[in-house]
Parts: sequence; structure tokens; C-alpha cells
Amino acid sequence: MRTQRIWSIIALLFGLLYFALPLIGTLEFSLRARRGVYSLDAYRSVLSDPQFRETFGYSIVMAIFTILVGALIVVPTAYWVRLKLPRLRPVVEFVTLLPLVIPPIVIVFGYIRLYNTSSFLPLTGSIMGTNVLLLLGYTTLALPYMYRAVDTGLRTLDVATLTEAAQSLGAGWTTILARLILPNVLIAVLSGAFITFAIVIGEFVLASLLNRPAFGPYMQLVGANKAYEPAALAVIAFSITWICMGLIQLVTRFSKHTKAKR
Amino acid sequence: MAFLDIEHLEKSFGTNRVVKDFNLEIEQGEFISLLGPSGCGKTTVLRMVAGFESTSSGAIRIDGQDVTNLRPNQRNIGMVFQAYALFPNLTVAENVGFGMRVGKKPKAQIKSRVEEMLQLIGLPGLGGRYPFQLSGGQQQRVALARALAVQPRVLLLDEPLSALDAKIRVSLREEIREIQRELGITTIFVTHDQEEALSMSDRVVVMNGGVAEQTGEPFEIYNHPKSRFVAQFVGTLNTLDATVIDAKTGQVRVGETQIGLNRELPGALAGSTINLALRPEVVSLGRKPGRDTILKGRLAEVHFLGSTIRMRVDVDGALISLDTFNTPDTPPPRIGDAVELSLAERDLLVLTD
Repeated sequence: MRTQRIWSIIALLFGLLYFALPLIGTLEFSLRARRGVYSLDAYRSVLSDPQFRETFGYSIVMAIFTILVGALIVVPTAYWVRLKLPRLRPVVEFVTLLPLVIPPIVIVFGYIRLYNTSSFLPLTGSIMGTNVLLLLGYTTLALPYMYRAVDTGLRTLDVATLTEAAQSLGAGWTTILARLILPNVLIAVLSGAFITFAIVIGEFVLASLLNRPAFGPYMQLVGANKAYEPAALAVIAFSITWICMGLIQLVTRFSKHTKAKR
Repeated sequence: MAFLDIEHLEKSFGTNRVVKDFNLEIEQGEFISLLGPSGCGKTTVLRMVAGFESTSSGAIRIDGQDVTNLRPNQRNIGMVFQAYALFPNLTVAENVGFGMRVGKKPKAQIKSRVEEMLQLIGLPGLGGRYPFQLSGGQQQRVALARALAVQPRVLLLDEPLSALDAKIRVSLREEIREIQRELGITTIFVTHDQEEALSMSDRVVVMNGGVAEQTGEPFEIYNHPKSRFVAQFVGTLNTLDATVIDAKTGQVRVGETQIGLNRELPGALAGSTINLALRPEVVSLGRKPGRDTILKGRLAEVHFLGSTIRMRVDVDGALISLDTFNTPDTPPPRIGDAVELSLAERDLLVLTD
């Protein structure tokens, strides 16, 4: 028993070191821009760069739209599959997992080939069109996470009976989705949303090949030309992810009705 | 014309016919129970009335309006589910007012109706609570209030008491019946519990294999079952094999005892075997005035149930159950004792298929 405990602690410490050491190294390096002393010069340089603000802002806007589009597609789909097509669940799950096995480079080349200026839908011919394409690409990349989060949320509900109860009270599909299903899976949607946010902020391949001014390509550009700033950007990107994770925890804790045993 | 009219209703899932030519007429304000074992089609009938299942054929009319092809949200039918189905993100008051909000009723009207409903179910101070803060019985009361708040034309209750413990089940069924009487709302209640069905209903429909075997008042269903299934499903029933001596005069033999049924046994031949049935409460331990038929046997089992004692007596291989009141001065006989049972001939039912 005692030996087992010691091994558990050793394994835990090893895991912590494995994750923490590179981060501590990156953080420490990002603070060494000034010779001989620790300083925030690298951060100052990054934050005062107009291109940082522009790309970061662009990625935030794209992330918000991706979350909205993702939720609009995933919540009704997952709900309908649970309610009416439970036999199709494995198929839908497989489809939502495809973005994990198909590399983004394949997706983006497919987009460019299908939607170039000489195609039937020349989305790459305009800035707005390319933005829409990038948005759909991001939605695809986030699909596995968003679908799983929402589906897990729906699993805690007796979707069929709640739907029937609402129908017997005169509610139509829109009311059921907007007033009952969505509020009850909101935590799950938010979990998916924060993961989506983190994915969009750090995404490089789609944005770079579609030539959009996103945060991912900016990080690559800075990394190729500067020494300390990429480390500072990495720390900033990690912080954003952690803040997202923290927000998921907070939202879960402060949601009143989710304490309910359903 | 009846208020709720169900005509030649059929439902098939693939090749499986789960409801077969079901007909029922329900008057306004009537409380009807659909009683039967699992898989008999009672819930399917209810779900077709609610609109959650489409019909394979037949028609459902409410107050003269054909609702067979209407969507559930267009039928104005209230439904209470076994699993409560309260909306977990809404408070009790919001749950009760949900249907009215969907119907875009004025806020003041919703508020007063919610208060009225909470008063009706005896939970006036709990409007601000969430469903998870209520007990099972309270949740089911709220579900009832929610269904009634929209003033539905028909109330459907799908085994609403099954998930509750025994004591609450009894008290809540009395409350439901009281509320139903007070509001005069036409109600269909689905249950597999015969005690619930018999105690609450104006009429009971006993279902088996997708067919309504018998429809009648509880007294009639219990005392004059029309088929072997109804007799066996509703209440406890003792069955005895009897050999026909004379079909015309109704003379039969059970073991060594000859019994005169004083009625003709149509279709029975002398020497053939027929099935007789009798309820435990019509059998007495020992000889009793007015109960002239005597059966002799040995006590096989004794079950002490508190106010009553159920005994099983072996009469020529057939176990006959009987109930006696528990009187502290008279302990029951011991297992293995020879006993006499008395009954009246008129209480013997002749079972047909």
C-alpha cells in the first residue's frame, strides 16, 4: 500500500514536470529580453505592435462567429439525433470526428480547389467570401469538441420526455430548442465554446493558406524574425487557453439549476 | 356524441400490431383508467390521443373535432408523465406558467393562474424553487399543476404514481381524483396497478394484447369479469378445476365435493372440466351461515399482513387463498392443520376464455 502510494506520487511529479518544465522555460526565456535582468520588454514589444492588436482582434471576432455558427449547427443536430435518430448516433459521431483525422492542410486545399475564383462559388475571390470560408473551416475544426460537449450535456437530460411535455403545453420546435434544450445544455455549449475559442486563436494552417490576418500566422511571423517575442506570445496564448478553462469551471460552478439531479 | 371519441384505433410497428380496433367513448368530466400489463398497448393508446404517436388507422375526436392528424402542440391536451418531466432550468412557478407563456397570455394572468394552481396542489409557497429542490411527490404535483394551468380539454396521466413510494402514491392518487372532480376535467389514466385503477376511476378499460378486453365500472369489472384474463388480472383470484356432472342444473364436482352452481353451463358436456374462480374475500375459514358449500383441505401457507392475514389452503392439489381479519384473540391455525372452507355458490365464477 505504502509503496503504491510512493509510486503514485512519483508518477504525478513526473507528469507535472513534463508539463511544467517547458512552460517555465518559455516563461523564463520570455523575461530575458534585457541582458542580465528579468524584464517585460518582450511583452511590451508584442503588445505595442499594431499587427498584434489587429490579428488578435481579427481572431477574436472569428472565434465568436465560429462559436455561434458551431452552436447553431451542433445543438439542433445533436438534439435531433438523440430525439429521432438514435440509431444514426454512431454515424454522426464518426462524421464529427473526421476533422481530427483529416489534416487542416487537406481541408484548406479542398476549399481552395472548390471555391476558387473560377469555381461555381468563388468565395476566395473576395475578402468577405474568404472570411466565410475560414469561418466554416474553423467550425469544422471545432466540430469534434463542440459536438462531444453538447452531446454529453444532452445525455444528462431526458430529451424525449421533456420535448413531449413541452409539446403538450403547446410549444413548437423553436420554443423547445430555445427555451428548454439550449438553457439546459448551456454549460456544455460554453465548454465547447471555450475550446473553440482556444482552437481559433492558435490556428495557423487555414488562416495562413487563405491569407487572412489571424493571430496564428502572426505568431509564426514573429517566431521567424524575433528571439524573445515568440516566447512571450506563447505565454500569452497559453494564458488565453487557461483563462478559457477557468471560465468553464466558473460557469459550471455558478449555474444554479445544473445542480439538479435529472 | 361522447366528448372524447376513439374509433377503430389501430397501431402497428412494422408487422407488430400493438393496438387492435380500440374503441372508447368518454363523457365530459369522466375519469377513465386504461389498465393492463406491460406491453398491452395502453400507453400507445394514450400517446396516440396525445399526438406523440401517429395512428395506423382509426379516428380520435375531442368535442366533435377530429384531432387524429393534429400535432401534439395543437391539441390542447395536458399530460403528466411518470418521470415528472419538469423543466430543470425553470423554477416551479415558471414551469407551471410555461404553457401560458408559450400561448402568449398576459403576464398578470399568468401570475394569478400560477398562484391559483400552486394553491390547488397545496404548494403555495414553493414557486421560487427549482425542481431539484422538491421531493418526488411535490414534483409530480407541480407537473399536474403545469398540465392543468393551460386549461386543457383532456388530461392524460401516464403512470404518474409509479415512481413514488407506497404511502405518497396512495395520498397523491386521492389528491389527483379530488382535483379532477373539482375541475371536472375529462381524464385518461394509464396504470398497471389494479388498485389504483379501481379506486380512482369512473370506468376502467382492461387491456390485453392491444385489445380492450372489458370496459366497465370498477365494481362491475371486479365482480363480473367477462374473460379469464380480466378475472385474473384484476384482483387476486383462486381458480379451481371442476368436473361437470350435469350442465343443465350446473352440478359440478371439485375434488370430493359436489357443488350446485344453480345456473346452466352452456356448451359444457357431462364429464368435461371447467374452470371456476373465486375471490379470496368470499371464502371463509370454518363454517359460516349463508355459505353452504364446504371445501376441505390443509393449511399450506400463512402470510401475516398486519390488519389482515392471507392463508393458502390446499384443496385436492389446488391452492385457495383467503383473507381473514387479524383479531389478536384468535391466532391463525398452524401450517399443516386440516381446515374447512365455506363459500356461497353464487360467488363461484365460471371462467370462459
